[in-house]
Amino acid sequence: MASPSDIDIDYVANLARIALTDTEKEIFSRQLGDVLRYIEKLSAVDVSHVEPTAHAFPISNVWAEDTPQPGLPVEAALRNAPAQRDDMIVVPVVVE
Amino acid sequence: MSSDLIFKSAAELAALLETGQVSSVELTQAFIDRRRAVDDRVKAFNSFDETDALAQARASDARRAGGEMRGALEGIPVGLKDVIAVAGQPLTCSSRMLANFVSPYDATVAARLKSAGAILWGRLNMDEFAMGSSTENSAFQTTSNPWDLERVPGGSSGGPAAALAAGEVPLALGSDTGGSIRQPASFCGVVGFKPTYGLVSRYGLVAFASSLDQIGPFARTVEDAALLLGAIGGHDPLDSTSYPAAIPDYRAEIKKHRGPWKLGVPKEYFGPGLNAEVAGAVRAAIEFYQGAGCEIREVSLPVAAEYAIATYYIIATAEASSNLARYDGVRYGHRSKEGSDAIDLYFKSRAEGFGPEVKRRIILGTYVLSSGYYDAFYLRAQKVRTLIRQDFLNAYREVDALLAPVAPTAAFKKGEKSSDPLAMYLSDIYTISLNLAGLPGISIPCGFTREGLPIGLQIIGQPFQEAGLLAIARAYEQAHGWNGMNPKL
Repeated sequence: MASPSDIDIDYVANLARIALTDTEKEIFSRQLGDVLRYIEKLSAVDVSHVEPTAHAFPISNVWAEDTPQPGLPVEAALRNAPAQRDDMIVVPVVVE
Repeated sequence: MSSDLIFKSAAELAALLETGQVSSVELTQAFIDRRRAVDDRVKAFNSFDETDALAQARASDARRAGGEMRGALEGIPVGLKDVIAVAGQPLTCSSRMLANFVSPYDATVAARLKSAGAILWGRLNMDEFAMGSSTENSAFQTTSNPWDLERVPGGSSGGPAAALAAGEVPLALGSDTGGSIRQPASFCGVVGFKPTYGLVSRYGLVAFASSLDQIGPFARTVEDAALLLGAIGGHDPLDSTSYPAAIPDYRAEIKKHRGPWKLGVPKEYFGPGLNAEVAGAVRAAIEFYQGAGCEIREVSLPVAAEYAIATYYIIATAEASSNLARYDGVRYGHRSKEGSDAIDLYFKSRAEGFGPEVKRRIILGTYVLSSGYYDAFYLRAQKVRTLIRQDFLNAYREVDALLAPVAPTAAFKKGEKSSDPLAMYLSDIYTISLNLAGLPGISIPCGFTREGLPIGLQIIGQPFQEAGLLAIARAYEQAHGWNGMNPKL
């Protein structure tokens, strides 16, 4: 199992798309180090012949008829948009 | 009149409505008045709309007068944890990220409450995005335990538990991902029930950890919990993990199940770390069942007891890191004013919108899913999850249900664990394995500490055997008067 010291907070925060302050990085590194050292106890369990459980009562391939149904009106769907114009969500420039 | 109403069970209130001794408007007004009188101290409500609640109540009274009653909850107010969508109402998850969000649609449970005639009353506080065990992680306010305002109500559904204990609602819905209904119910001295995974639709429940999340009732009595479960449960095509089977009339069904039962006591749940007063109250409950003719057997849950918390904090954070990726400041939720481009907007909106515990869990979940670590953490945890489930299924070959504590201690003081995440996580030790195994579990009041804090008894049932589990809980409740005790506020 990976060693707790492996956590590279800058790398992981970048993957998670969260800008952390230097103070947060310091505190989270220490707290997550404690949690990872605790989690490491799982390496003691013999799971060599065990199938994984994704959730407790697996129901797979749930199908539904492809029938048209009323959806959210545009106005309702855009009600919570931080910025909008002409029935569209406004975002910063993506392509120059 | 109103002080007589606020601590009555929903079944009693339904009878008063039926015989015309009280109207839904009078009833709703009583809970509105109670909120006004006590919530500046309890702080259970994130938001509320008195005008809307009274309008719902007038409509209910009109239906009753016209003989067009909708269902079992006609005219009765129900509070909702602020993680369940109700069309046109705020839905904050106690997060700055959703501070101004208004639900565009109803969760299935909200739609079912409406079709059962309920009055939807209030949005109740919680740990941010349901991550926590004390409600101290709310971005807006810390809810107080009505039994001792210096203490936490538990979490993450601290608002629903405290509102019920304080007489501000007669029923409430919460959600339970690792104990978030049962532990606050235990801390606040009310009934809290997490049903089997898949029994209640999660459509319109803001997702935290999708393979663990489950909606369930808070109530004053086991019968009320059965009543509320009957109104919200059952198959829903909008949730593909919803269990495709009809549900029984739980309220009628629980009266048919009579003991004696075979009950198991997990020996690992009474080890070091369990507070002596809590242990004493739970042991006394076990003796009650024995005295009532039940066969008590010691059982062992070796993997669940030792590894459930570690397993949970891998699976739950991994799923949370994926589910909470949707909060990017683009389509809804908080958007930073500082974003220089689309990617920078994500980073800053998430930094500003999420509180510390949510950030910590997203970081941990991202780490355990990151390249090179997936097999070591996530896949291994899913395999241990299989072994945890087997622990319980092995026990159920010998017994009908299990008796256990809910939490290692009664309600702790505000601030006591908030700077030590691991200590907070360890307080979920007796509740968390049920979510991993998908099992139903209930917390019912079973006594008080010398300091006057409620203690909960956890009864753990078999998958989809809710009626039997509720009947076992009701047998204890009927022989004791704990649910007649209310905090002085």
